[in-house]
Amino acid sequence: MSKLTLNTTPVDARPAPKRSIGAIAWLRANLFQGPINSVLSLLAIWALIAGLTPLIQWAIIDADWIGTSREACSSGGACWVFISARFEQFIYGFYPSELRWRVDLTFVLFAVMIAWLALPRLPAKKLAAVLTLAVFPIVAFYLLHGGLFGMPTVPTHRWGGLMLTLVLAVVGIVAALPIGIVLALGRQSKMPIVKSISVVFIEFWRGVPLITVLFMASVMLPLFVPTEVDMDKLVRALIGITLFQSAYMAEVVRGGLQAIPKGQEEAAAALGMGYWKRMGLIVLPQALKMMIPGIVNTFIALFKDTSLVLIIGLFDLLAIVQAALADADWLGYSIEGYVFVAFVFWIFCFGMSRYSQYLERKLHTGH
Amino acid sequence: MLHNNKTLLCSATAIMATLLATGSAQAGETMDAVKERGQVVCGVSTGLPGFSTPDDQGNWEGIDVDVCHGVAAAVFGDASKVQFVPLNAKERFTALQSGEIDVLSRNTTWTATRDTTLGLNFTGVSFYDGQGFLVKESLGIDSAKQLDGAAFCVQSGTTTELNLADYFQAHDMSFEPVVFDTSDQTVGGFEAGRCDVLTSDTSQLNALRIKLSDPDSAKVLPEVISKEPLGPVVRQGDDQWFNAVKWTLFAMINAEEMGISSENADEMKGSEKPGIARFMGSEGNFGEAMGLPADWAYSIVSQVGNYGEVFDRNVGAGSPLNIERGLNALWTEGGIQYAPPIR
Repeated sequence: MSKLTLNTTPVDARPAPKRSIGAIAWLRANLFQGPINSVLSLLAIWALIAGLTPLIQWAIIDADWIGTSREACSSGGACWVFISARFEQFIYGFYPSELRWRVDLTFVLFAVMIAWLALPRLPAKKLAAVLTLAVFPIVAFYLLHGGLFGMPTVPTHRWGGLMLTLVLAVVGIVAALPIGIVLALGRQSKMPIVKSISVVFIEFWRGVPLITVLFMASVMLPLFVPTEVDMDKLVRALIGITLFQSAYMAEVVRGGLQAIPKGQEEAAAALGMGYWKRMGLIVLPQALKMMIPGIVNTFIALFKDTSLVLIIGLFDLLAIVQAALADADWLGYSIEGYVFVAFVFWIFCFGMSRYSQYLERKLHTGH
Repeated sequence: MLHNNKTLLCSATAIMATLLATGSAQAGETMDAVKERGQVVCGVSTGLPGFSTPDDQGNWEGIDVDVCHGVAAAVFGDASKVQFVPLNAKERFTALQSGEIDVLSRNTTWTATRDTTLGLNFTGVSFYDGQGFLVKESLGIDSAKQLDGAAFCVQSGTTTELNLADYFQAHDMSFEPVVFDTSDQTVGGFEAGRCDVLTSDTSQLNALRIKLSDPDSAKVLPEVISKEPLGPVVRQGDDQWFNAVKWTLFAMINAEEMGISSENADEMKGSEKPGIARFMGSEGNFGEAMGLPADWAYSIVSQVGNYGEVFDRNVGAGSPLNIERGLNALWTEGGIQYAPPIR
């Protein structure tokens, strides 16, 4: 009689077939799934290698990094010496070098305020918002421009580089959002005068290109005002950019307002809320939450549009790099210059874009 | 397209200018304003090799910039009292008309239209420019007359293309223009072999040549096919200021002719020679009528240098551009730079 033995200890699970796990499986599932995909993948890999190898060779391996003049650039690759020799100028423009700490301090303050607003763990958001919107602009103005507490004045024609780009973008963004919200509400209003003023304003500014606005502000405006009135060129440009962007912002916000069901406002009215309470407590919070992608999109576009000021002789990051390219000592390094500008713009725009994605996830806007 | 915009804008600014110019500037007004401000406000280019570019420290340098320094030296005895306003080609005249700047020293070509219709006055010629040609050394060409049927890389929106057409029509030859948007692209096109010849103002041809990966593979032909006299511009109607700027330039040219330079100016200040004594202000007072100090010309030369020094330092043998003096040599040395005497 044969004994039946019952093995109660389970057999170790066999490993999954080699072809369905790990790198090979991932490759099979994603890159080589069928003949067409395989061919396309191989083509893409070939294109990447063919494109990236010379780029890396040029930008990193063959590049010159150390030195102070064009003599240091002899290896045939990218000449980053041009960037490093002029780095401070690209950041601060013509700001006097002994006063650059003021720009640094403004940048640091700005970063602290943004971090305070952006990081959810930090307390007292309302205070932060008030400080950022009301106190910080004044502090920043006096830090950058000077003229208070015996700080030497630095006129705006000496501002430039990344600093000017940030000033243009931040002022444009901070000022355009509230004006845009007011305009959007005005356009939805039932009061005929408010409504028509908003519509005319929005349609006028959306109907002209930003470059025209800047050009008018810089070239035509001085001809219409008396010679004694000396309006700063930067202020003129800032007003132009702000008005232009607020019209776009208004349309983005209006899109958000229209997406909120009518019932929300009616319910709020039924509770006895007045117009500003209905808007401020019920409609706008929902609408703005929904509009985050659109608003950030406008911000990113604005950030990149600031480089248009180079046509009116303001030296933003792009313009100052272009001016440096014209220096007879550095002729011929335009690719390095433009790559640097593109990289800096990309960092800022990518940063904004990531933060907006994070905000969307946090606020669960996907209804 | 660009050209059309420019004409439109020009006529618009011209109308505006005539409206404004009537009675706006009175004699002595600008000089008083400048002295009260303590600075000459000078419009320069946003970046043109050899004419006005910011250096590594952010100081402006170039021929146009040195003219501004010269005016400041004449007025204040201190060449550093200048505020530079970088301007685009399109906004340069309005900036001057509206009083935003006192002098426009921005490689601006002196033409009849600009001199007579915009309410402006050209004060002289700081650089005689003209359109020239850059060809590949390997083509073995040494004269523009051999360029029949060649392809030309030109930059759009400039008069370069029009001059080219004029020249080739006058010489009964044909050409094919290849138009680019920026100077970098123009050089790129030339390098890539899209054209045989690159044409631009001679002041810029050398700068473009440096941008080639092998600058020695190309050379500048001797022919110059257009007249582009560049000089400082002031508002019409303020003759005192006009004279001050005009004579700043003349003083630089006279200084070179008399052999006065920034190095020997102090030494020659005590000179007994009548011409030099007049120049230095130790004999007579030629600055007074312009509202300038007696030693105005001495300040210019000792702080900025004479015309030859300014030329060499910025665009000539002492700079990477290495442009030959050519027309810009003194009249005594085969060029046409000539200044009336100070007496």
